[in-house]
Amino acid sequence: MTSTTLPPREKTEPVSAPPGGASDRSKAERKLGWYLAGPAFVVMLLVTAYPIAQAVYYSLFNYRLTDPENRSFIGLSNYWVVLSDSLWWQSLWVTVFITVVTVAVELVLGFALALVMAKALRAIRPVVRAAILIPYAIITVVSAFAWQFAFDINTGFVNSWFAWLPGVSADTDWFGDKWTSLLVICLAEIWKTTPFISLLLLAGLAQVPEVLQEAAKVDGATWWQRMRKVTIPNMKAAIMVAVLFRTLDAFRVFDSIFVMTAGANGTESVSFLAYRQTISRVEIGLGSAVSVLLFLCVVAIALAFIKGFKVDLAQARGER
Amino acid sequence: MSRREKIWWWIGGLAIIVYALFPVGWIVSLSLKAPSDITNGNFLPSSGKWTWENYKSILTGTASDLFLPALRNSFGICLIATAISCVLSMFAAYAIARLDFPGKRLILSAALGVAIFPVISIVTPLFNLWRQIGLYDTWPGLIIPYLSLTLPISIWTMSAFFREIPWEMEQAAQVDGATNWQAFRKVIVPLAAPGVFTTAIISFFIAWNDFAYGISLTSTSASRPVPAALGLFSGASQFEDPTTVIAAAAVIVTIPVVVLVLLFQRRIVAGLTNGAVKG
Repeated sequence: MTSTTLPPREKTEPVSAPPGGASDRSKAERKLGWYLAGPAFVVMLLVTAYPIAQAVYYSLFNYRLTDPENRSFIGLSNYWVVLSDSLWWQSLWVTVFITVVTVAVELVLGFALALVMAKALRAIRPVVRAAILIPYAIITVVSAFAWQFAFDINTGFVNSWFAWLPGVSADTDWFGDKWTSLLVICLAEIWKTTPFISLLLLAGLAQVPEVLQEAAKVDGATWWQRMRKVTIPNMKAAIMVAVLFRTLDAFRVFDSIFVMTAGANGTESVSFLAYRQTISRVEIGLGSAVSVLLFLCVVAIALAFIKGFKVDLAQARGER
Repeated sequence: MSRREKIWWWIGGLAIIVYALFPVGWIVSLSLKAPSDITNGNFLPSSGKWTWENYKSILTGTASDLFLPALRNSFGICLIATAISCVLSMFAAYAIARLDFPGKRLILSAALGVAIFPVISIVTPLFNLWRQIGLYDTWPGLIIPYLSLTLPISIWTMSAFFREIPWEMEQAAQVDGATNWQAFRKVIVPLAAPGVFTTAIISFFIAWNDFAYGISLTSTSASRPVPAALGLFSGASQFEDPTTVIAAAAVIVTIPVVVLVLLFQRRIVAGLTNGAVKG
């Protein structure tokens, strides 16, 4: 063990739970529990599990909304069509690219912001906290417009302000090329969602036991050593939860792309592809297949995190 | 803390404030520019060219029949969805925090699963289904899917809040001679209200932010919410550059959010982190 953590605290059983055997009282409690929590649970399943099941069903049909007569069962052909199409792979790589870049940058930046917020002096702390909540609370579409307008060749200021950077001049068309478009999309996403990560990390920072910090200080550890050996290992759970949530969120990227490029120049994400197939082209069958594949990707990522990195969500998210 | 360190943390704090506000500043300044002035490449409108025209245009002028109904739809739909999910999750969170029953974990995991659900995967089937049963382009047609956004976060956040409530106080009040109802109203309601309220704000933000449902499941101003109306606005006007008008609309829909944040920042932070990280 090179990192320093406190030994796990002993679990304390809640006093209200009598061990073993179901008495009448606990039976009644069970019943009441489900009566109270049941409706929320059922509604939640109805609005998600049912549609996804319906999507799986539609995806097995050759079904175009404008041509309902020719609806026919074609098995897994839609999946074959999607998976053998370069469009799918391109949108998948774009999505993966955006996810990896934004989450990596956000983690570093968010950590820095959390450190500043933890140390910010009492006088400015409320101001800083309010400021950081604004990107979080702003509508994604609005943030996408703000960034688009800032970089736009006509309405922007970025070109005139950053003309001194190599490659930037008055007529740099940021949205004329795949990679520069993706760069701006990533910037907008990072701006909007870093606050969320940094607040989670700030809460994690608060859980690092002060004693350990003091002990390390007394032992003469430098700031960097304390960070690496004490702070970060102690807030691993918070970091993993933040990364997992942001990864899954980033993988669904849609709003910014819709507003900024509408998928032009190969900037289409998987969500955007599904949207275009279903809503614009009314290819319900094909669109559903893309939706199901997107869903499977998200499930795979979540499982990989939970199994691979051993993120114990229940423990990290409050259910002791 | 030494003087030098203090100065550094001040600079860090100021950097965060600048970071958070400059895109907002840019869109505010755009909204005050005349369409002929938007290419000036400066953060501020050229002198003498400040104008309220864009705001007039969306509130009373040509663009108002696109924007105002959208604003009404957004407020109505988001408030109803928030209210429904708050009531449902209030009961659920009470059960999770206070009662001991199997399935607690199941409910919390299900909420988590729903929270990570890709919205677009639900949009596709609903688009077809809503057309068949006549919910396409109606308020309920958006309120129902919005529950998939607001319910999971409400259950998580509220049960985290409810777990902190000292429930013994209720018995204490009863011992002191209060009736059941009095104990509930005078003791539990004031303790639980902040949690419920914070949860409502957070789920309102999430519903207010939705774009994918908004553009896919609506087609007219009968139910189209603000983000969708904004996103599609560029196509709607033919001859004028819509940039400044979009900017003005963006500023207006950002105002309620900023007000809520300024009033309740401490609670919102507690709500966001309570639900998410807790050892």
